[in-house]
Amino acid sequence: MTDSKYFTTTKKGEIFELKTELNSDKKEKKREAVKKVIASMTVGKDVSALFPDVINCMQTDNVELKKLVYLYLMNYAKSQPDMAIMAVNTFVKDCEDPNPLIRALAVRTMGCIRVEKITEYLCEPLRKCMKDEDPYVRKTAAVCVAKLYDMNPQLVEEQGFVELLNDLLSDANPMVVANAVAALSEINEAKPLIEVNSQMVNKLLTALNECTEWGQVFILDALSGYAPRDEREAQNICERISPRLAHANAAVVLSTVKVLMKLIEMLPADSEFIASLTKKLAPPMVTLLSAEPEIQYVALRNINLIVQKRPDILKQEMKVFFVKYNDPIYVKMEKLDVMIRLAQQSNIAQVLSELKEYATEVDVDFVRKSVRAIGRCAIKVEQSAERCVATLLELIQTKVNYVVQEAVVVIKDIFRKYPNRYESIISTLCENLDTLDEPEARASMIWIIGEYAERIDNADELLESFVDGFHDENTQVQLQLLTSVVKLFLKRPTDTQQLVQRVLSLATQDSDNPDLRDRGYIYWRLLSADPAAAKQVVLAEKPLISEETDLLEPSLLDQLVCHIGSLASVYHKPPSSFVDNTKAPLRQLAPNAAALATNGSSSGDMDSAPGLIGVPAPSGGAVPSQDTLIADLLQLDMNPMGGSSAAAPAAPVAAPGGGLDDLLGLGGGAPSYGAAPAAPMADPLAAWGAAPAPPAAAGGGLNDLFGLGGGGGGMGGVMGGVQGFQTPKTQWLDAASHKGLQLEGAVVRKNGAIYMEMAITNKAMQPLSDFAIQFNKNSFGLVPAQPLHIAAPVFPNQTTQVSLRLDTNGPVQKMDPLANVQIAMKNNVDVFYFATVVPMLVYFAEDGMMEKREFLELWKEIPEANEQQFTIMNNRGLSADDICSKLQANNVFTVARRSVDGQELLYHSIKYTNKIVVLSELKMEITGAPTLTLSLKSRHVTALANLNEMYQQIFDN
Amino acid sequence: AMIGGLFVYNHKGEVLICRLFRDDLTRDAVNAFRVNVIHARQQVRSPVNLIGRVSFVHRKTDGVWLVAASRKDANAAAMVEVLRRIAITMHSYFGKLTEEAIRSNFVLIYELLDELIDFGYPQLTDPSVLKTYIMQSGVKAVTQEEQKQITSQVTGQISWRREGIKYRRNELFIDVVEHVNLLMSAQGQVLSAHVAGRVLMKSFLSGMPECKLGINDKLSFKDSSRIAVGSSSLARVSVAIDDLQFDQCVRLGKFETEHAISFIPPDGSCELMKYRTTSDIKLPFRVIPLVREVSKSKMEIKVVLKADFKPNLIGQKIEVRIPVPPNTSGVSVICMKGKAKYKSGDNAIVWKMKRLAGGKEVQCSAEVDLLTFGNANRKWNRPPVSINFEVPFAPSGFKVRYLKVFESKLNYSDHDVIKWVRYMGRSGIYETRC
Repeated sequence: MTDSKYFTTTKKGEIFELKTELNSDKKEKKREAVKKVIASMTVGKDVSALFPDVINCMQTDNVELKKLVYLYLMNYAKSQPDMAIMAVNTFVKDCEDPNPLIRALAVRTMGCIRVEKITEYLCEPLRKCMKDEDPYVRKTAAVCVAKLYDMNPQLVEEQGFVELLNDLLSDANPMVVANAVAALSEINEAKPLIEVNSQMVNKLLTALNECTEWGQVFILDALSGYAPRDEREAQNICERISPRLAHANAAVVLSTVKVLMKLIEMLPADSEFIASLTKKLAPPMVTLLSAEPEIQYVALRNINLIVQKRPDILKQEMKVFFVKYNDPIYVKMEKLDVMIRLAQQSNIAQVLSELKEYATEVDVDFVRKSVRAIGRCAIKVEQSAERCVATLLELIQTKVNYVVQEAVVVIKDIFRKYPNRYESIISTLCENLDTLDEPEARASMIWIIGEYAERIDNADELLESFVDGFHDENTQVQLQLLTSVVKLFLKRPTDTQQLVQRVLSLATQDSDNPDLRDRGYIYWRLLSADPAAAKQVVLAEKPLISEETDLLEPSLLDQLVCHIGSLASVYHKPPSSFVDNTKAPLRQLAPNAAALATNGSSSGDMDSAPGLIGVPAPSGGAVPSQDTLIADLLQLDMNPMGGSSAAAPAAPVAAPGGGLDDLLGLGGGAPSYGAAPAAPMADPLAAWGAAPAPPAAAGGGLNDLFGLGGGGGGMGGVMGGVQGFQTPKTQWLDAASHKGLQLEGAVVRKNGAIYMEMAITNKAMQPLSDFAIQFNKNSFGLVPAQPLHIAAPVFPNQTTQVSLRLDTNGPVQKMDPLANVQIAMKNNVDVFYFATVVPMLVYFAEDGMMEKREFLELWKEIPEANEQQFTIMNNRGLSADDICSKLQANNVFTVARRSVDGQELLYHSIKYTNKIVVLSELKMEITGAPTLTLSLKSRHVTALANLNEMYQQIFDN
Repeated sequence: AMIGGLFVYNHKGEVLICRLFRDDLTRDAVNAFRVNVIHARQQVRSPVNLIGRVSFVHRKTDGVWLVAASRKDANAAAMVEVLRRIAITMHSYFGKLTEEAIRSNFVLIYELLDELIDFGYPQLTDPSVLKTYIMQSGVKAVTQEEQKQITSQVTGQISWRREGIKYRRNELFIDVVEHVNLLMSAQGQVLSAHVAGRVLMKSFLSGMPECKLGINDKLSFKDSSRIAVGSSSLARVSVAIDDLQFDQCVRLGKFETEHAISFIPPDGSCELMKYRTTSDIKLPFRVIPLVREVSKSKMEIKVVLKADFKPNLIGQKIEVRIPVPPNTSGVSVICMKGKAKYKSGDNAIVWKMKRLAGGKEVQCSAEVDLLTFGNANRKWNRPPVSINFEVPFAPSGFKVRYLKVFESKLNYSDHDVIKWVRYMGRSGIYETRC
């Protein structure tokens, strides 16, 4: 006789029939009826109407029937709380039963009945059961405390159950200890009531050797929350738990690994003990890979974390991650990930030949991932790049559609990593243009065309063919197309004007996508305002992409390592992201949100380093300097594909207000292209929103905007006059020899003050923080006006832009060269020293304008010996007016102008911040000869320093 | 741990068993899994899935879905492992996990789940112990003495063995079963190879016998003073074991400190230890495949099989699977030994031999006709040639050196115990690419 027949009754009068049967006098019939009820309950039918009838069956000697009734009770007590009280007496009685199995059953079930009133009656029986002579009852009672706490934490605290649990940790029976620690851990997670101390840890370690496998898991999980007092204790715990690595239960093994990984952090990194411990860690993890696939999967997800945290542990084990033909796809995908993480020069040949093999498999996702992996190998192991590229080309020859597309995407990354090395293959790529139908592949191809427009003869035709179907493209492709056409225009302005105009108007006028429109306007404005600047921005040298593109952000990784074996480690997400923590607070702080945004999006973005996507938003109160504002805007512009939060400025859509000029602050005679209106803005996005800019205004006439129409005198001439020259950033510290800190910077003058603009890039593995800066004595007394303040740590692969205001009131000491400044930069890793020659023009004061007479007198007064003459090239064919306005913008003030004998003579005055005055005379032939003669005079000859170079730079920019 | 609920579905997604352990889960979760995984349009690709805020871990056996769900950051490894144990437990109670078997035993299953998991914490997953107090045919009336014994055994230190066992003949059997796994490139290069070995023990011993097992692994040898370390013979007689795992009866601490495998065995059979080796594996067979695509419609395949072991040993149950493209229309096959047949359903030629002595080399060649119309010219990705076999030795070189039995209370000694040891090598995943 089987029980399956109970599932078959579906008649209408079923409930009524069951009621009669439940109330039958015959025991056998009763039991049958209860079974039917449970079967109905299992399939989801509502049998709560039978509550009183089922409860009536509770008082029975038949344990099987009792268990069934209890099962029913657990399910329906909540919906019938008043009736549930009827069961209390039986429970209390059962808790006194001579049979320990019945006592345990009663206390176990009672804890599962989630009715407020019942909990009160539960306390006394529970207390008794916790001190029961039978360990089976005690271990059940221990878990019951956790159940009660889940319903009524206050009651548990008041009734002293936590202390009782604590006592059970000293129980002679290891299973009681294990369950008590599980219950305590759960309570502690909600509210730390009992502190885990070393005494308790000792008890747990003792019980660990004797209890069941699951008990071992509870104990190990509890141990992972304990922070040992010192190294010795940590080492002791390691020694005592490491034998568990040989356990057959995967959960025991992984929990052991978790505790060990955590404790290793406490021990000196180079100790022999660590070496021997890490040696022990590899074999059990490899063994998990011969377990069944579900366990392999969990193990692989964890191994992925472990190799990121400690690459050494498994570096010799590459082969075990080779994919087997019959592995389930989820195992294959994970193995591939780990393989790439372990790839290095010594094993790259093997890895590549495997990947090539995989790229011919059947599963599309797996093949794609394999192709992508080949690209990642190229980026990770430079020596293999050539072979990888060759392999990718071979794969492209297969003409398998998705393989080709995937290959194009990774080749784009390879170009980013190794510029000017493999461009010879572009022609092969172009041959496959037509087969690309996925947005990412199309966007990548378009990026390649734009980036190498000067080498692809028909780049304009190729891009034009994409532009024809502009509105049918995915946004990602549209954005890339826009950028690439602008690049093309900047590289080949003569024959691509029409194309760029067409794309700009498509993007700004015919598109509903705010990102696209904004990017369109930015380019438009940039091109119209100052093509030279546009060139600097659009064709700027891109930061190299880093080797490991999809590493987890370090603080998240550290957090996940504390959760090895748990669901968090499988998802690679912090528990807070998938667990309601309304009841249970987190063990650890939530990770940096910006950092989270970075992971996983490895190649979505093309013009910036992958890690750069999550540009940290300016923190709360800090007022971003105007320059960071611009930097943010531009980064925003370049990163639309990352899909990160930074790339979603909602405000601009709603704000088509005044002149586009205002958007970038280029219009109103601001001294530099990078400077926004003088008032600092609290929030860059708010600034966007506030700027009124009707798109219609822009539609007015491209010709005018570009200054191409008439009288503009060439592209360069229009805006050049009003800008002060700012030297571009140069590299001050390189990452390789400065522990991962890369510093690029420039000292510039804007709005009457000197700023040090810095881009701090973290190429190390851990976040950089605690930045500080100090200047040595220097010729102009240049010192920071305020301490260097960087709000958030700079995470790996991130770049932070800082603008530090400088003053010239510091201690003075003459340097050679004059403008040399020695600087010390400190961070959490080390102190670094460097020197930079500050461009003299940052010292040109705003009040340097001189009266003609004053100038003349001084000119005469200064002896001939103090005069120096230079030849300056007028490379850009500037007119006298151009020259004057350019110099004016840099605080070189025009005192007088004269025309004599076909020569134009311009007199200028400069005043340094330290009040030293320099006079200059510029001779230029009216015929427009390309050379100018510059005479400089000052009382202090040294002050002339390299001023001629400054002039040259001003003229050239 | 902290499993929120446990569900069993049939292949259609109908609920067979639904046991909620925690209040944070409702029946909505039961439906969520059905809709998002069982009925999902696309094949679900991971055994762990997050749906809403509920995590589901599943395994599928014989058309039945076993699912553990949790709303917490539960121990995923434990969830997977528990599901495995539940499957094993149910199997040992009523055989195959079919829909019918589960429906027929649902009361028993609920009862078992009650013992297996409490409030989401796994408690006891050892069927041999569970069977002492949960019976398929109702609960047996037990005396108070017996009840006590049950609870102390369930919770006790040696939960796997009850006291008072008596045999007239004390006997034990040890099977060393090794699975050889190989991945070989078409060029004959070993890409990866490992042996997954198991020591299975079946014991019929009286009382609570203390056992000690000696094996020839390199580490144990170093500790034994009788054999000089570094002697040239050592390399051949000992094996380097990469990793060892023991049954819960083995005292792990003692192995760590003294390299002694000591234990009180459960009565009857148990998997005493598992091990893994990767170096110096004696690969019993070598497959040399040759595939020649003569034309679009014709292909020639030749497979040579070499038995690489001593001629006095005999390999058995040899089965070579030679893959052919799905568009195969006909195969003519000739083999020197055994029988070879084309199996269209498997897209493979299956070549079987009952026995093959060591040192022998045999060959099988086939001509494959291919269809060329339709999507038949899709690329064929050449799955590897795989082979199944059984050989009467341990390919890793693993040896049991001794197994001593001590029972201080009863009067039988180690000499009185009859012991049997048997070695067997089997194919795991044994593949050669072609």
